[in-house]
Amino acid sequence: MTDAPVLEIRDYRLNFNTFDGVYHALDGVNLAVGKGQSLGIVGETGCGKSVTVRNVLGLLPSPPAEVVSGEILYNGKDMLKVTPAEMQKIRGIEIAMIFQDPMTYLNPVFTIGTQMVDVILAHQKALDKSVRKNKKQARAHAIEMLRKVHLPNPESQIDRYPHELSGGMRQRVLIAMALSGSPKLLIADEPTTALDVTIQAQILDLIAELVEDMGLSVIIITHDLGVVAKVCDNVAVMYAGQVVEYGTIEEVFGKPKHPYTEGLLKSIPHPGKPPEELYGIPGFLPNLLTPPIGCRFQDRCPKAMEICGTPPKNRNNAAHDRTVLCHLYEEGFEDA
Amino acid sequence: MLETRELTVNFAAKSGGKKAQLTAVNKVNLHIKKGDALGLVGESGSGKSTVGRTILHLNKASSGSIIFDEQDITRLNSTDEKILRRRAQMVFQDPHSALNPRMTIMRSVAEPLILHTKLRGAALREKVGTLLEIVGLQKQFLYRYPHELSGGQKQRVCIARAIALNPELLVLDEPTSALDVSVQAQILEFLKSIQKELDLTYLFISHNLAVIRYVCNRIAVMYLGQIVEQGETEEIFNNPKHPYTKALLEAVPLPEPGQPRRGKPLVGDIPSPLDLPKGCFFNNRCEKAIAGVCDVAPVPTYTLEGGREVRCVLYDPETQRQTA
Repeated sequence: MTDAPVLEIRDYRLNFNTFDGVYHALDGVNLAVGKGQSLGIVGETGCGKSVTVRNVLGLLPSPPAEVVSGEILYNGKDMLKVTPAEMQKIRGIEIAMIFQDPMTYLNPVFTIGTQMVDVILAHQKALDKSVRKNKKQARAHAIEMLRKVHLPNPESQIDRYPHELSGGMRQRVLIAMALSGSPKLLIADEPTTALDVTIQAQILDLIAELVEDMGLSVIIITHDLGVVAKVCDNVAVMYAGQVVEYGTIEEVFGKPKHPYTEGLLKSIPHPGKPPEELYGIPGFLPNLLTPPIGCRFQDRCPKAMEICGTPPKNRNNAAHDRTVLCHLYEEGFEDA
Repeated sequence: MLETRELTVNFAAKSGGKKAQLTAVNKVNLHIKKGDALGLVGESGSGKSTVGRTILHLNKASSGSIIFDEQDITRLNSTDEKILRRRAQMVFQDPHSALNPRMTIMRSVAEPLILHTKLRGAALREKVGTLLEIVGLQKQFLYRYPHELSGGQKQRVCIARAIALNPELLVLDEPTSALDVSVQAQILEFLKSIQKELDLTYLFISHNLAVIRYVCNRIAVMYLGQIVEQGETEEIFNNPKHPYTKALLEAVPLPEPGQPRRGKPLVGDIPSPLDLPKGCFFNNRCEKAIAGVCDVAPVPTYTLEGGREVRCVLYDPETQRQTA
């Protein structure tokens, strides 16, 4: 990455203080997204992939969340330290977010037009308190955004209620709403998980279009390795609150280094190939109330060694930004 | 072993305040041989779960018939239904809600045995213990409650309960879609191995094509309540015939680098089952739709060489539109 990253997360540690004790949700997460790039974060349930990005927009209530260390730099500004007023000017305007289930994030009792106009007016107000409300103009802007996400007949669809739209159309509306403040960074948390595959293909196509044509930076969080491979440039594989492997799609999917990444890739049936034997990773995620000392994957790792009882350090490949969190690569590694 | 003939399931619905009829399953003809694993694949609302549930009498068939072992089981009295339950069982999608949270694992798995057999006491405990062993759980789980188990373990318990009475047919409704991929891999491996060991026949319902390809030797693709294509798994994956099957296979993103970012995704949404298109149900989204043909009359199913069944006018042997 030659350009300065749009968003950089450095040594981010986050705990949740629960009645059962301190839950170590994130442990030293490092990530970066460049301009016009798309980063995928993959991992299984509870690995911390959603938690990682929530605080980019200050969406984690504290307590119970407690940031232990680290910074989230958006164009050099630490998002963990901005005031609520400053956050208003960033949320939706600089950075926008879309979520998994498009139904629960739309209000069922208002038309999508009303909801979009509200968002657009709120953005204007956040930027300039003295601005006068102009609903007509906001509505025109909303229609334009809906057209951008290829919603058919936006002029008439805008007056519909969410229940009148299909799942794919609702997700398009949410994307339109997220883009209405012309953000530079879009964070999509499982954007296609609730959708059927043919509809998922449409939405992924749209996201690829936004990245390529509008120069948007995108972070996609998903458990579907296929989705990441299709739309992302880089991928971060998370396990138990840590990024265990990071690199380009070609590197990570083509030559996985971390035993967890290897296991994950071997455990999914490939839709494009006749069946081979699957590899189920034995065991369970460690309990993060009492995380294991040393590597968090050691109990399930087929290559575990004695040294795995001590915490591994991130190993970088000298040539580019690939990192692997594993003792196997203590000596560093090369790849073509 | 199992056959459905023109199986149709209607639900009462309301549309614009008027009573309407929703045809969830529309004249479905399925045939499953003993020892087969038939994958029923389709998007949400295609009626695949309804087919599975109707076969097990969890929904009522509106017309058509279900033949199980050369016996018509479409309508049964309660005694015969009880016999059917011994021979055909179901595993549901969400293991968290399929187990009673107030019952121990022992009690949940023992339930079908208590209802259908005379096993009691120590013999019952032993039988449940063996069942848990078959599904790869230790005896220590016997007296635990569902909340103490992980999702994968709960699904194993559900499978143990389903195979308790040595059924011949298992209907598996999205058995792994609530699970993480590494756990899914374990369950799929396990399902494949017990199918051989216990000589089971599967009706495997899933929206995940990769999972279906992994477990099933035959596939039926559903769209809006109809079967649009049916045949051998590898043949369908290597050479899909129906335009919808083709689009469905192309829509799945592959977990490997070097895929094109943009394809030609299928346009539009699945039509409402209350407002079905005329003619072929797929014609409004189909690239190859022929105006004046596809949107006029319902399309029959054609059987091609090798036993493949396709519901598409392109494969009409009389007009020979498709030479392939």
